[in-house]
Amino acid sequence: MERTALRRRLMWQVATVADVRRETDTARTIVLDVPDWPGHLAGQHLDVRLTAEDGYRASRSYSIASAWPGSDTGSTIELTVEQVPDGEVSPYLVDVLKVGDPLEIRGPVGGWFVWTPDQDGPVQLIGGGSGVVPLRAMLRAHAAAGSTTPVRLLYSVRRPESVIYVSDLKELATSDDVDVRLVYTREAPAGEPRVGRIDADVIERHAFGPEAGATTYVCGPTPFVETVADLLVAAGHDPAHVRTERFG
Amino acid sequence: MSQANYLDGNAAAGALSEVFAVDLTTAVGQCNGCGQTAVFAEARVYVDAPGMVARCNGCESVLLRVVTTPHDTYLDLRGLTYLRVPNS
Ligand SMILES: Cc1cc2nc3c(=O)[nH]c(=O)nc-3n(C[C@H](O)[C@H](O)[C@H](O)COP(=O)(O)OP(=O)(O)OC[C@H]3O[C@@H](n4cnc5c(N)ncnc54)[C@H](O)[C@@H]3O)c2cc1C
Ligand SMILES: [Zn+2]
Repeated sequence: MERTALRRRLMWQVATVADVRRETDTARTIVLDVPDWPGHLAGQHLDVRLTAEDGYRASRSYSIASAWPGSDTGSTIELTVEQVPDGEVSPYLVDVLKVGDPLEIRGPVGGWFVWTPDQDGPVQLIGGGSGVVPLRAMLRAHAAAGSTTPVRLLYSVRRPESVIYVSDLKELATSDDVDVRLVYTREAPAGEPRVGRIDADVIERHAFGPEAGATTYVCGPTPFVETVADLLVAAGHDPAHVRTERFG
Repeated sequence: MSQANYLDGNAAAGALSEVFAVDLTTAVGQCNGCGQTAVFAEARVYVDAPGMVARCNGCESVLLRVVTTPHDTYLDLRGLTYLRVPNS
């Protein structure tokens, strides 16, 4: 599966929208039926291409949100798209695309920002906004494999309503091996006194320390990824164990 | 796109997958400019349709460029001394 997921030349192909699901006011999950999907690794992404009537084309990358094979998704794969105001591609994917529509894709791609259940050591996941998408695939892969590797997720969101995968994360967090911690930057729910970004203190309190030998995956908007990666290195983490994915 | 708005090598994976059957984002490349070796996923990628430019995260010099036209994909690899890809 790993071989086929990584070793072949890829061309654009047409997937069909099998289902759509609202996650928040601005984000939704798109379930895709892809003919002959070769399988993928948690953390990989694909490219989506839209073609306008006049032939103008725009393509963007989207992380695969589901694990493969996904007990939850059968033979389909999932993407979760957060709408960027005035964006070219994301508003179409979030508001216009409907069940039964074709969608051009190219993937799966990316073999670096991936986690596999046979990997050694604890796993630290740090996501900002839609950066939680590939991390969710890793959490689902962890659950699907029955892995007992300790995993911690630090997830930075603006406010409680911006949390993507609320019920999913609650369910995953009931496992002894998985710790989910939300950080609210604008507005926190009742009972959560801290409002603010991930800083050195949050990293020290809630992330694995440098001695744990964890592999850390950081994903989100470019400035978020830069800040978190710098904080980790300043806290003594080996840069070689910090993997990043910038969403732009 | 502003300097702060670069992506990383992962963002070039799709375009490169049309040309290479192996995943180049995990390949280790040596920069011709400063001699640094790094996993390609750690390069800085600037997306500026129809092309894509990957720069060394050490010295900012251009490692590779990918331009896709309706008929062909152009690859310019002049900034790389080598790319190391595992055999299996
Ligand atoms: C490897 C990879 C995986 C990705 N996975 C996902 C994913 O799973 N879900 C997802 O929603 N997005 C993901 N993205 C981001 C996605 O590719 C697009 O950049 C995003 O959907 C915006 O595209 P757009 O065409 O709507 O906006 P554009 O027309 O490209 O941009 C409009 C404006 O918004 C700004 N902008 C662009 N992207 C962002 C952003 N991410 N956050 C804030 N402002 C932005 C731009 O600077 C510009 O000013 C991923 C990106 C990469 C490189
Ligand atoms: Zn260099």
